[in-house]
Amino acid sequence: MQLILKAFYIFQKDIRQEFKTRYAINAIVLFAVVTLTAVSFSIGTFAAGDEVLAALLWIILFFSAMSGLAHIFVREEETHTSDTLKLVAPPMSIYLGKYLFNFFLLLLLEFITVPLFFAVMNFSISGVWPFLASLVLGSFGLSAGATMIAAIISKASAKGALFAVLSFPILLPVLIMGINATRIVIREESFAAISGPLQALFAYAVVVVTASLLLFDFVWNE
Amino acid sequence: MIHRIWQFGLFIILSLVIVSAFLWAPLAKGLGEYTRILYFHVPAAWITVLAFMIGAVYAVLYLRKRELKYDLIAESASQMGFVFCILATVTGSVWAKVSWGSFWNWDPRETSIFILLLVYAAYFALRSAIEHPDRRAALSAVYAIMAFVTVPFFVFIVPRVYASLHPDPLINPQGKIHMEGKMLATFLTSLGSFTVLFLWMFKRRIDIVTIKLKLAKMEQ
Repeated sequence: MQLILKAFYIFQKDIRQEFKTRYAINAIVLFAVVTLTAVSFSIGTFAAGDEVLAALLWIILFFSAMSGLAHIFVREEETHTSDTLKLVAPPMSIYLGKYLFNFFLLLLLEFITVPLFFAVMNFSISGVWPFLASLVLGSFGLSAGATMIAAIISKASAKGALFAVLSFPILLPVLIMGINATRIVIREESFAAISGPLQALFAYAVVVVTASLLLFDFVWNE
Repeated sequence: MIHRIWQFGLFIILSLVIVSAFLWAPLAKGLGEYTRILYFHVPAAWITVLAFMIGAVYAVLYLRKRELKYDLIAESASQMGFVFCILATVTGSVWAKVSWGSFWNWDPRETSIFILLLVYAAYFALRSAIEHPDRRAALSAVYAIMAFVTVPFFVFIVPRVYASLHPDPLINPQGKIHMEGKMLATFLTSLGSFTVLFLWMFKRRIDIVTIKLKLAKMEQ
């Protein structure tokens, strides 16, 4: 219980710190808007079919996430606050707190980007709730993997470039399943139609969170 | 002396495998000469996975024991796995050109082997970005294990979600191997001898690592 409580405190602290500078939120949302503009501008509103748009949506989300999610740990290293953090909380709480923050950040990103994408790209789907479920489950897995990779690269040099390079092979299942689910919900309304991808997304998230909780100690105390 | 005998035996068997793959083994029913690449493609793919697994095992060992030796062995396994991964990709791609008409078409199998290539490349990129040996060892070990946990999603889930044109893998859903006697004999000998070749090369790498560590200790 203490573990969860401490994780929540860390989450709170990160939220407060983030809203003081708004570094990660600005970076991630602006990146998404810029990419969306570039995509919309270059292919036009009616040129692309729904299948292509489903892929584009996830690609925009993925690379926007890559632009900001590493900040959570890089910040601690840059301001030299990680040693203090080590004193006040066990590694598991720290991972959970940071993970929660990244999850929150991704949801915020989706809250802004997805409606914008639907409006600008003239994209429409039948199954709204299944789609939202796939987005939430996708973010669940995406932020879990990204948080762990962020912890790893915060200790290395050339952080920015490495983050995308290391994350891509680990996070690609989320991208594939997410695109797959979105393609299905364009025509299908029921949850049953995308139960396969949803299960895979959920399984992925559980596996990655479990592995991260077990391994985080080794990264954090390095 | 024992080494020499092993080397010589392996040389003979591998030569036999090459000759029989091209001359002795019959063709699969209804398929052309290009199926002969099977005798080299499958062992390469298998060794890629084997090296990847060995790398993950040594990564775990490093995290438990904290001896630099295990990290260097994991790196050696990954380097060799990378070479075999390239071989499997290239042979597979050549086969795809002849059989499917294009070198690369993002078939689920092609995707999964490409991801493995990316994982290896990312692993080496990470290693080159960290100066301190202990830190490099710990972080790359964690990355290797993370990759090892997620790669099964490509190997087992993605090919089942998307239809693949790839011929049945060795362990197919029916649990059978569809091959004739001569083909099977050549195939299994090839698989076995390439595995021994890999293990022998791997052992040499371990020897080199051990000597390097001893030298480093003497210099101190």
